Amino acid sequence: MTDLPGYPSRRSFLKATAAGAALSGLAHSASAQQTPQPVSLDDYQREYLNADEWAFIMAATARLIPSEDDGPGAIEARVPVFIDRQLASDYGTADDWYMEGPHDPDADPARGWQTPLNPAEVYRQAIPAFNAWCEQTHGAVFAELAAKQQDAALTSLQKGDVVLAPELREFWGILLANTKEGYFADPQYGGNHDMQSWVYIGFPGARAAYREWPERHNVKYPLGPVSISGERA
Amino acid sequence: MARQEKKKDVVIVGLGWTGSIAGIELAQEGLDIVALERGHDQETVPNFEYPQQIDELKYGVRLKMMQKPSQQTLTVRRNDGETALPYRSLGSFLPGNGVGGAGTHWNGLNWRPQEIELKLRSHVLENWGEGIIPEGMDLRDYPVSYDELEPFFTRFEKVAGISGYAGNLNGEIREGGNPFEGWRSEDFPMPPLPTTYDSAKFRDAAKAMGYHPFPASAGIASTSYVNPYGMQMGPCNFCGFCERYGCYQYSKSSPQTAILGALKRMPNFEYRTNSEVLRVDLAEDGKTATGVTYWDEEAGEEVFQPADIVILSSYQLNNVHLMLLSGLGEVYNPLTGEGTLGKNYAYQMNGGISMFFEDDNFNPFVGHGANGMVIDDFSISQNDFGAEGFIGGSYWRSGTFNGQPIRNMPLPKDTPSWGAGWKQGIRKWYGHAMSIGSHGSHMAYANNHLDLDPTYTDRHGRPLMRMTFNWQDNDLRMNQFMKRKMEPLAASMNPDIMQAGFKDIGAQYDVRPYQTTHNTGGHIMSENAREGAVNRYSQTWKAHNVFAMGAGNFVQNTQYNPTGLVGGLAYWTVNAIRTQYLSNPRPLV
Repeated sequence: MTDLPGYPSRRSFLKATAAGAALSGLAHSASAQQTPQPVSLDDYQREYLNADEWAFIMAATARLIPSEDDGPGAIEARVPVFIDRQLASDYGTADDWYMEGPHDPDADPARGWQTPLNPAEVYRQAIPAFNAWCEQTHGAVFAELAAKQQDAALTSLQKGDVVLAPELREFWGILLANTKEGYFADPQYGGNHDMQSWVYIGFPGARAAYREWPERHNVKYPLGPVSISGERA
Repeated sequence: MARQEKKKDVVIVGLGWTGSIAGIELAQEGLDIVALERGHDQETVPNFEYPQQIDELKYGVRLKMMQKPSQQTLTVRRNDGETALPYRSLGSFLPGNGVGGAGTHWNGLNWRPQEIELKLRSHVLENWGEGIIPEGMDLRDYPVSYDELEPFFTRFEKVAGISGYAGNLNGEIREGGNPFEGWRSEDFPMPPLPTTYDSAKFRDAAKAMGYHPFPASAGIASTSYVNPYGMQMGPCNFCGFCERYGCYQYSKSSPQTAILGALKRMPNFEYRTNSEVLRVDLAEDGKTATGVTYWDEEAGEEVFQPADIVILSSYQLNNVHLMLLSGLGEVYNPLTGEGTLGKNYAYQMNGGISMFFEDDNFNPFVGHGANGMVIDDFSISQNDFGAEGFIGGSYWRSGTFNGQPIRNMPLPKDTPSWGAGWKQGIRKWYGHAMSIGSHGSHMAYANNHLDLDPTYTDRHGRPLMRMTFNWQDNDLRMNQFMKRKMEPLAASMNPDIMQAGFKDIGAQYDVRPYQTTHNTGGHIMSENAREGAVNRYSQTWKAHNVFAMGAGNFVQNTQYNPTGLVGGLAYWTVNAIRTQYLSNPRPLV
């Protein structure tokens, strides 16, 4: 088996899994594979978001996927890190999209993304606009509201009751979508820390090998997830 | 001043399924061939390797295998009165990018059309008369028959490596296969794949209602397999990463697994990537092409590639765009009915029912793109169009194909979309839902068409193509018929909750949610030069040395995924070039 530069080999990946341990006879324990704990969200070095935006993203994602009850919330999953890194990437700058004018941001939403702004710019302009609405309506910027008020403010945003410029119309949609992406995407993008969301719902992540499973009908798959980098949980 | 390359016998525009087929079959004639590919090069190793390929965010959501709208896109409007706006980010359909094209990222659902789908106008006239054809629908026969295409469907299925079970073997109907399919001269190259739990539930319920379930025809290997070009496939392991991904283990039919390895070894074939064809150049008399001009991304310059034969084998939308820009026919005008290029653009009418079973485990991540059991009991050949009030039909399928949680998280409708209720919902329902899909036909209409946009241009300054498209009542009525028929079947399975999703009369086309990458028509086949852009051999009526392959040839869309018909037509076309055209280049009709 030849290992190509830049591509972790199948062999090295197998070594990091239970199957690989069995195959190779290695007897290392699961705990030996735990990833080192990353910096706390307070100490995280932001790549795109400024301090006010970060405070908003921390607060908003914590309500979109709350920490209470079973399962990880967006904060435990480090979704804010994911969003920050995505906005600093070619997604934030819409490198793959056709962004030439003229633009018609007021068009029927069924016509798709028609704002001249890219996702990073939508966040940059929409967060202060939404915060201003929160101050006017609830008496403080979003991050400083009580959880109940935050939920009410997000509901208003979702329903379109928060008047934003048409160029910012996509804000709610991408905020919610990016939050769920950060919750469920492979941990290499900064969210889904320790694959907690995959454990929570029972998705095996990057295992991607189920040869003996199609005909095991109505039997719950028993193995926990693995990530692209070889973490397991 | 464009750089000029050495003349070739054949230039191929786009190296996906049809370009690869044309390449290898014409290379066998000893012709000197170059293929020009807009995108990057990609192979199973290293591009689709495990584990990098198992990345839902990168490929499933950020769509890194797809055409970049910043490089190429089109504008869309829903009727002639609306101003078309750019399809700025991908949603409704996902044209591929790079070597292998859409053939690398498809699901592997490989179908032949039914015999009567290729002569649908005659079928309607014979059984119900012209009166049932709605105003504005352009209902056509294909100018080539099922019997003529059968050997070429068989050939494509052998090359691509298709798994299944013949239901009609030389006219003999076989239990367990599809009794309503067109006849097959041979059984499938590989047996069917194993049946997952949801498929088995669907199969049993369908059987109990007197329907005829059979395993889906899959471009997914069920065994180890060697195709006629000596290319090898390995059995699928149900990894669940087909659609939007390259297959990491040589199991999914693709140009890479079926053709390109063999083709690249032929000394008279070469291909150039990052080479985007800008136009087909016509001779002064306009009756033949002299070659193509392309943009060499690395050199940053235009290049003229002279050739005796031009094969247009890019994605349907891009083929039509290139033909519009090159004057390879007159632009269709829906008001006068004159012109041929851009007419009969069609799509697909789909719907389905989600079912939730709190106590059942479906393991939705165990699957493949063409997984499942199917019924054709409501297919085009089975429906009484006169009594039901529509022309069309659909096939129904149930089978897990990806359990990737960003995009595949079916939840009961009363589940909140965020917050504590959503979080409880995903835990409660992930892995406990299954679905039945209806994959339906789409007819062609005067007001669904393609032309050039008056406002928006691409990075080369060329006008974008403009799509005018909306859902039409005939197909929506078909969809509602399927809903009425499917609900009792779903209910018979006793789910805790079920919910239907079928577009209804009045539905407006929405470019945002993914629907299907089955865009068809625009350079349709026809009996004569007034009615279509190419003849029955995919040869353009305008220039006899230009052949346009792919779903652009479809006169209207069938009820099935298009690849089987695309592959069959490609072999049919290349056979005509080999046996009729090369010895005496001329219009073949």
